[in-house]
Amino acid sequence: MEKRKVIISVKNLVKKYDDFVAVKGISFDVYENEIFGLLGPNGAGKTTTLEIIETLRKKTSGEVFVDGHSIDQDTNKIKRIIGVQLQAAGYYPNLNLIELLELFSGLYDVTIDPMEMLAKVNLQDKAKAKYKALSGGQKQRFSIATTLINSPKIVFLDEPTTGLDPQARRNLWDMINEIRSNGTTVVITTHYMDEAEQLCDRVAFVEHGEIIVLDTPDALIDNLVNSGFERKKEVKKANLEDVFINLTGKEWRADN
Amino acid sequence: MNKPYNNFNATMALAKASFRSIMRSPSAVVFTLAFPLIFILVFGFLGGGGVKIDLAVSPQSDLQNPVIKALGQISVIRLINNKNTDEINVALEKGNYDAVINVQRNAAGKPAYLVNVKYTSASMDKGNILKSVLNNLLYTLNTQNIKPTIAKLSETMVTGRTYRTIDFILPGQLGFSLLSTGVFGTAFVFFSLRQNLVIKRFFATPVSRSSIVFGEGIARIGFALIGALFIILVGHLLFKFTLIHGAITVINMLLLALMGLIVFMGFGFVVSGVAKSESTIPPISNIITLPQFLLSGTFFSIDAFPTWLQPISRALPLTYLNDAMRKVAFEGAGLWDVRQQILIMIIWGIGIYAVAVKVFKWE
Repeated sequence: MEKRKVIISVKNLVKKYDDFVAVKGISFDVYENEIFGLLGPNGAGKTTTLEIIETLRKKTSGEVFVDGHSIDQDTNKIKRIIGVQLQAAGYYPNLNLIELLELFSGLYDVTIDPMEMLAKVNLQDKAKAKYKALSGGQKQRFSIATTLINSPKIVFLDEPTTGLDPQARRNLWDMINEIRSNGTTVVITTHYMDEAEQLCDRVAFVEHGEIIVLDTPDALIDNLVNSGFERKKEVKKANLEDVFINLTGKEWRADN
Repeated sequence: MNKPYNNFNATMALAKASFRSIMRSPSAVVFTLAFPLIFILVFGFLGGGGVKIDLAVSPQSDLQNPVIKALGQISVIRLINNKNTDEINVALEKGNYDAVINVQRNAAGKPAYLVNVKYTSASMDKGNILKSVLNNLLYTLNTQNIKPTIAKLSETMVTGRTYRTIDFILPGQLGFSLLSTGVFGTAFVFFSLRQNLVIKRFFATPVSRSSIVFGEGIARIGFALIGALFIILVGHLLFKFTLIHGAITVINMLLLALMGLIVFMGFGFVVSGVAKSESTIPPISNIITLPQFLLSGTFFSIDAFPTWLQPISRALPLTYLNDAMRKVAFEGAGLWDVRQQILIMIIWGIGIYAVAVKVFKWE
């Protein structure tokens, strides 16, 4: 594989909360313009790692560089080139989507057309709606719109599809692919393996605060097959989700 | 990406968003405008009349005579006609009427009229006032065209400013409005922004903490001052609230309002930091606002309180805001004249912000 440019570099990252060690010396690189997945069960340390890179949390030790900026010194430079979607975030009360986007454009100190941003995530017809009134999928799409305001180099998505129905999930995948095709690097956490397999160029498995493996989904599957692994049940050419999507349609639906 | 990040734009974007949000929040509008206006309306209509004596005119009474005519022109007396004797007697017993009058033409000739007045023990005070009004009236009527033999009374009046109920009530209500917006508004906003992870999302943007505080502060101050201006204007136009130097007085009042508000917002920051959950905000805020509402001369003058209570009143910041507001509005004092009150508010401000810096939480 050609040598690709590293945009995020994490070295021996450690995070301790009192006597609990959430992240135990993680190291990995994220390449420019890839979709990088952090996978693992709840409580494995994915979100903590992400929030340290996003400069929202202080690390205990280790080194992190984002596009050449150290998280120790250049937090504000980093904040200007990243877009962050938090696992659970709220938005300013009593404002509609347009007004929220205007607020964020002020916070990033950039000029945007709010309607254009909404069009990117297919929420034009919700322009005057309040965030609270959106469905789960719409909320996630709006959150993603707020991450794109500053035309970031890297977008962080923390479990963006948790709790969404299959259509909404697939819509979001399309959107994430589009963000990447515009030249943006995407770092995503999920505990859905099908999602990681579909979306990610490379994935890291995190367990108990450590990376246990890091590779492309293909290579990981091949390694397992080569080791003699076989699924207990013959794999059919379609699964139940395919049936569901086939029956209910993959198109944008008003409520997702 | 090359242009330097501008904190001012971020602050103003936040102020704008916050202002929009406040305007759409029913509780903010109710506490800042509706409550004070209701009190002002109630007291505005109640006050101003002064003492009124309800004097019933007996159905047997003659109506075309100088006594009734003169009584009708005295502003303190409200004549009640067209009631029958039973109704009058019931109202007298309850004290709803203060007296009944019956004037009869004198068949014997001199004096021309006989005036019978029946008072009620249910309303002795007003009866006594009526007594002296009648004495005075009859003396004047009887001594027309007669030179006094012993002494002649001449009366003049100094024209003073009328101190209406509104002149006392409005500054108090204004102070209370500022107190509740400052404390409740600030406490709720920062608590809920923190709790709902709105602030966390802000922190993922380059905005600085001071921009967040200033943006919120500007919006709340803007909203409260517009509210204050509205209250002052309603009071002035509808209820003749005294503004001695007109616009200058208004500006001075708004400056005082600003100072008070900044102090009260300090309490709000403290509450937002101390509160463990959303439901503990109202009780904690009430502990701060209610005593000031009752003891700071919002409704009654502090001088009317028992002496042991007065030192407590004189320790509260709202007392000094109310005091300064009344001096500025009614007595025409400048800000320098109320420097003592301002100084005490500043001391409160320094103290409360010292606490706020310690207890305020971002996450």
